[in-house]
Amino acid sequence: MATTTEVLVIGGGSTGAGIARDLAMRGVDVTLVEQGNLTHGTTGRMHGLLHSGGRYAVADQASARECIEENRVLRDIAGHCVEMTGGLFVKRPEDTDEYFQEKLQGCRECGIPAEVLSAAEAREVEPYLATDIDKAIEVPDGAVDPFRLVVANAVSAEEHGARIETHAEVVDLLTDGDEVTGARVQHDSGPGKREHGLPGETEDIHAEHVVNAAGAWSGQLGEMAGVDVEVRPSKGVMVVMNVRQVDTVVNRCKPKGDADIVVPHETTAILGTTDEEVEDPEDYPEEGWEVDHMIDELSELVPILSDARTIRSFWGVRPLYEPPDTGTTDPTDITRDFFLLDHADRDGVDGLTTVVGGKFTTYRMMAEDVTDHVCDLLGVRASCTTADEPLPGSENLDRLESAMDDYGLRSPVARRSKERLGSYAPEVLGTDEPNPVLCECEAVTRAEVQHAIGQAGTDLNAVRLRTRASMGNCQGGFCCHRVANELHPEYDAETADASLDELWQERWKGHRHALWGEQLSQAMLNHTLHATTWNRDGDDADVDWDAFAGPTRTATDGGSHDRD
Amino acid sequence: MIGTEVLVVGGGLAGSVAALSAARDGARVTLVSKSESTLRQASGLVDVLGRVDGDLVADPFAAIEDLPESHPYSVVGTEALREGLALFDDVTGDRYRGGDRNALVPTTQGTVKPTLRYPASVAPGIAGDGHETLLVGISTDPDFDAKRAADTLAGTVPGEVRGVTVRFPRLRDDAKRTRYAKLLTEDAEFRDALVEKIAPKVDGADRVGFPAVFGEDPAFVRAELEAGFDAAGEPVSVFEVPTGPPSIPGTRLRDLLRHELEAAGVELVTGVPVVDFEAESAGSGDEDGERVTSIVVDRNGARVPYAPEQVVLATGGLVGEGIDSERDRVYEPVFDLHVPHPEDRYDWSEEPAFGDHAFARFGVRIDDDARPLDADGAVAYENLRAAGAVVGGADTATGKAASGVSLATGSRAGTRAATAVTQS
Ligand SMILES: Cc1cc2nc3c(=O)[nH]c(=O)nc-3n(C[C@H](O)[C@H](O)[C@H](O)COP(=O)(O)OP(=O)(O)OC[C@H]3O[C@@H](n4cnc5c(N)ncnc54)[C@H](O)[C@@H]3O)c2cc1C
Ligand SMILES: Cc1cc2nc3c(=O)[nH]c(=O)nc-3n(C[C@H](O)[C@H](O)[C@H](O)COP(=O)(O)OP(=O)(O)OC[C@H]3O[C@@H](n4cnc5c(N)ncnc54)[C@H](O)[C@@H]3O)c2cc1C
Repeated sequence: MATTTEVLVIGGGSTGAGIARDLAMRGVDVTLVEQGNLTHGTTGRMHGLLHSGGRYAVADQASARECIEENRVLRDIAGHCVEMTGGLFVKRPEDTDEYFQEKLQGCRECGIPAEVLSAAEAREVEPYLATDIDKAIEVPDGAVDPFRLVVANAVSAEEHGARIETHAEVVDLLTDGDEVTGARVQHDSGPGKREHGLPGETEDIHAEHVVNAAGAWSGQLGEMAGVDVEVRPSKGVMVVMNVRQVDTVVNRCKPKGDADIVVPHETTAILGTTDEEVEDPEDYPEEGWEVDHMIDELSELVPILSDARTIRSFWGVRPLYEPPDTGTTDPTDITRDFFLLDHADRDGVDGLTTVVGGKFTTYRMMAEDVTDHVCDLLGVRASCTTADEPLPGSENLDRLESAMDDYGLRSPVARRSKERLGSYAPEVLGTDEPNPVLCECEAVTRAEVQHAIGQAGTDLNAVRLRTRASMGNCQGGFCCHRVANELHPEYDAETADASLDELWQERWKGHRHALWGEQLSQAMLNHTLHATTWNRDGDDADVDWDAFAGPTRTATDGGSHDRD
Repeated sequence: MIGTEVLVVGGGLAGSVAALSAARDGARVTLVSKSESTLRQASGLVDVLGRVDGDLVADPFAAIEDLPESHPYSVVGTEALREGLALFDDVTGDRYRGGDRNALVPTTQGTVKPTLRYPASVAPGIAGDGHETLLVGISTDPDFDAKRAADTLAGTVPGEVRGVTVRFPRLRDDAKRTRYAKLLTEDAEFRDALVEKIAPKVDGADRVGFPAVFGEDPAFVRAELEAGFDAAGEPVSVFEVPTGPPSIPGTRLRDLLRHELEAAGVELVTGVPVVDFEAESAGSGDEDGERVTSIVVDRNGARVPYAPEQVVLATGGLVGEGIDSERDRVYEPVFDLHVPHPEDRYDWSEEPAFGDHAFARFGVRIDDDARPLDADGAVAYENLRAAGAVVGGADTATGKAASGVSLATGSRAGTRAATAVTQS
C-alpha cells in the first residue's frame, strides 16, 4: 500500500500532535504516525505540571519566560485539560535564604507573578506542609492532563483534514539520493482505529517533507536517514499517591535536585522526580530505591506522605538534546530548551526536520516554530492561529458551565465527567441508554467509555488515557473487565479478551511498584477476584468434560457427599 | 477478665468453621471479629482444589497428593478437609450441591471455574452436558455482559450458549444488586414483567442463567421464574451465575453461618478488633515453650481482656487484614507470628499479572495440629492455632482452593482446640 501526503509527522506525543494541528490549521495536508497509542512516549509519562516558569527562573530564564507565556495560552485554549492549582516554592530551614531571594527575583524578572507567604500563610494554603518550614513563594503553577491535551490536538488536526494513524511504526525512511521522501510504516492491525487480531500491513507514505518528532527516539529515526541526532535520554520516576494530599503544586525551594516536587493531579498527588541518563529509552531499570527516595525526601515537605498509600509508579524518559561537542556530563545540566534541526542546512539531507528537547508546557510554541519552518520550505503563507483557537472540548466552556445539566448522573459523577469531557459533555452524556458508572474510583460512566472506544478502537489503554478508567485506587481490579465488556459486540469476544489482558497487564506493571501496605492488600483482592472468582488466569481450551461433575451426572458421580 | 474455653479471632469462613467445630465438640466458644468477613465479596462457591501447576483438576482429593509440602493441605491432610466438608454439608443442607469431583461453573467473565460445592441455585448452570443455555444480563449491571460471556463460553463448552441483555423494569442506572434481589423476591409483577421480556428469547434453550441476584431465598425466586416461563410456554430451568462483589450468594453463606453459630451457642462479639495479648511460659523447663494467657480487644477505645484456654487465629490474609506489610516487611499484626517472605519487596511479585506471586502465598506456617510455627519451625504458642487465609504456603487464588483451605484448617483448629480443652 502506498499513499502520499504533503507533510508526514513522526511521533504522537505533544510535540508531534501540536505540529500536526498547526500544519492542518494552515491548510497543509498532513499525516501523523505514532508507533503506540497517542502519548505512548514521554508525554504519557510526565509529571503533569503546567509550569509557571518558576522552576527555571534562576537557572534558565529564557525557558521561564516561554513557560509563563504558554501557561497563559493553555489556560485559554485548553481549559478542559488544565487545573489552575497554584504552586508554592517552600523553603525549609536547611535551604538557603540566598537562593530563596534569587528565586523571587528571577520570577519577577521573567514576569511570573510571585508572592512571598509566611510559614503560617503557606500552611493555610496547604495544611499538610511540615510545621517547621520557613516560608514560601506562591506562583501560578498548574496541573495539566497530557492525554486529554494531546487527544484534543489530534482531534482538532483531524477536523482540519489531517490523517492520524496510531499503532503505526516507522520502520524505515524512504530516500532518494540525499533527500528524504517519506517513510515505510508498519501498521499493527491495518490502518485506522486499532483492532486487536487484524493482520498488520505495511504502507509507504510519500511526503514532501518529513518531521521527526519522535522525542527520545529521534536519534533512531535520524539514523534511518544517515544523520546524527544526539539525544541523551534521561529517566525520571513518578510515584502516584491514593489521594490528593496537596491541592497545590508543592516545590522545594532549592537548586535543582531529585525528589523536589508534588503535583496534585485529578484524584491523586504525584511525587517526582529523578534525572538519570539511560542508554535505551525503551529499556532501562525501574528500581525500588527510586520510589523509596521520593517518599522519604518529599515527606520532609509534606510529612503525611511517609505513611500514605501509593498506588503505582511510572518512569519517563526526557528527550534531552545538546548540540555536538557541548560535552555536559551531568544530565541535570543539559538545557531544557528545544532544538529545531534543519537537516538540509546541517547535514545536506533535504526533506527532513527534527525537533527535539523542550517541555510539555511549551509544546504549542515549539510546534509553531517548526510549522513556520516547514511552511517556509513548502511556500505556504498562512500564519499560526493555534494560540487563539480553543481546542476541541474547550470551546465556550464558561457558557457551557452554566448550561449543562447532570444527565441523570449523581452529582459527583456528573461533575467529574463534565470536567473531563469539557464541551463534549452534552453529546456524550446526553444518552437515552442506561449509563451506569463503570469505574467507581474515577467516576467514569459507560457513555464516556463508549465515546473513547469510538476514537480508540480496541486499544483499551488508549481508552484508559482518554477517560481515566482503571487509574484509581483499585488499579482496575473492579473495572477493567467492565471496560472490556463495552467492546462487545462491535468487536468479538476473543478480541475483547485480548484487549482486557493487555490492559490488565499494563495496570499490573505500574501497580507492582506500590506493593506494600494497603496497596498490597488491594493487589491480593484483585488477584482473588480475577483468578478465583473469574478463573481468568488459565487457558482452558481443551477441557475433558467427562472427568467433571455435571448437573445431570452428579447422581452417578459416586461421591459420598453427593446430595443430589 | 472474661473467661471462655475457646476464643476464635475472626468471623470469616475459617473462623466460623473453627468455632462450629469446637462448639459441636462440646467447648464453650467465643468468636470475636473486627469487621465484615470477605464472604460478602466472595462468589459463594466453595473451591477445594481446581488447578495444579496450571492444569484443571477434576478430582481434588487425588490431586492433593501432588501438592508441595508447604501447602496447607499437605500439612493438615485430606482427613481434615473431609471433616471440614462434612461440617459444611451438614450446615448448608440442600442449599448447596456437589460431590467428590469438581464441577465447572460458568462465570460472569465467560470462563468456567472448577469448584466442589456450589449453591443449589447455581447447579443447573453447570457446564459440560451440552444443554442449550441462555444467559440474561441486566443493562444497568456492567459486571456481567451476558452476550460477551455467552460468546466466550460458546467457544469452550459443549452445547449452544446465547446471551441477551434486558433492561429491568423500574430501576435506576445505579441500582445495587440488593435492589434487584428485593424486587425479585417481593414483587410478582416485577417477575412477570421480566419473564415476559425474556420468554421470546428462550427459543428452545434448556436453561436460563441470571447474574446471582435471587436474594435470600433463591429457591423461591427460581420456582417463581420457572413457573412464569412454563406459563409462557417456554419450560426451562433457571439458575444463577455467581458474581464478584457485592455478592449475594456470599452474603447468603455469611448469614447462614451466623445463624448456625448462634444455634450452636457460640457467643458472637462483633466490631471489636483484637489489639494485644499476653503470654507466659507454659511450664518450668526451657523446652516447654509459651502459652497465650490473655487476649485484649478494643471495644470503642476501651481495652477488654479475655482469658481463653485455647485460641484460634482466623483473621484472614492480606485481604482480611490478618496479614499486613510495610515497605520492608510482611507481618502478622496480632501475635507478630513468623511470616516467611523474600527480603526485597520486588521479589514479592512477578512481572506477569498472573505470575507465580510470592505475595499470594504470604501467611503463617502451621503444623498438623494447626499451630503456627516460629522462624525455627517450633510451635509458637502451644494453645494457639491458625486457620484460613492467615495461613500461607499456597496461592489459593490460582489454585482455586481458598474456601477448601479455610474448611480444612478451620476444622482442624476447632476440633483440636476443643480436644485440648477437654484434656486439661
Ligand atoms: C520524568 C519527566 C517529567 C516531566 N515532567 C514535565 C512536566 O511536569 N511539565 C512539562 O511541561 N514537561 C515535563 N516533562 C517534559 C515533557 O514530558 C516532554 O518534553 C514532552 O512530553 C516531550 O514530548 P514529545 O512529543 O517531544 O516526545 P514523546 O512524547 O516521547 O513523543 C514521541 C513519540 O514518538 C513515537 N515514536 C518513536 N519512534 C517512532 C517510530 N519509529 N515510529 C512511530 N512513532 C515513533 C513515540 O512512541 C512517542 O510517542 C517531563 C519529562 C520527564 C521525563
Ligand atoms: C473477592 C473474593 C472472592 C472470593 N471468591 C472465592 C471463590 O470463588 N471461591 C472460594 O472458594 N473462595 C473465594 N474467596 C475466599 C473466601 O471467601 C475466604 O476469603 C477464604 O476462605 C478466607 O477466609 P478467612 O475466614 O480465612 O478470612 P476472612 O474472610 O478474611 O475473615 C477474616 C476475619 O477476621 C477479622 N479480623 C481481622 N483482623 C482481626 C483482628 N485483629 N481482630 C478481630 N478480628 C479480625 C476480619 O474482620 C474478618 O471478619 C474469595 C475471597 C474474596 C476476597
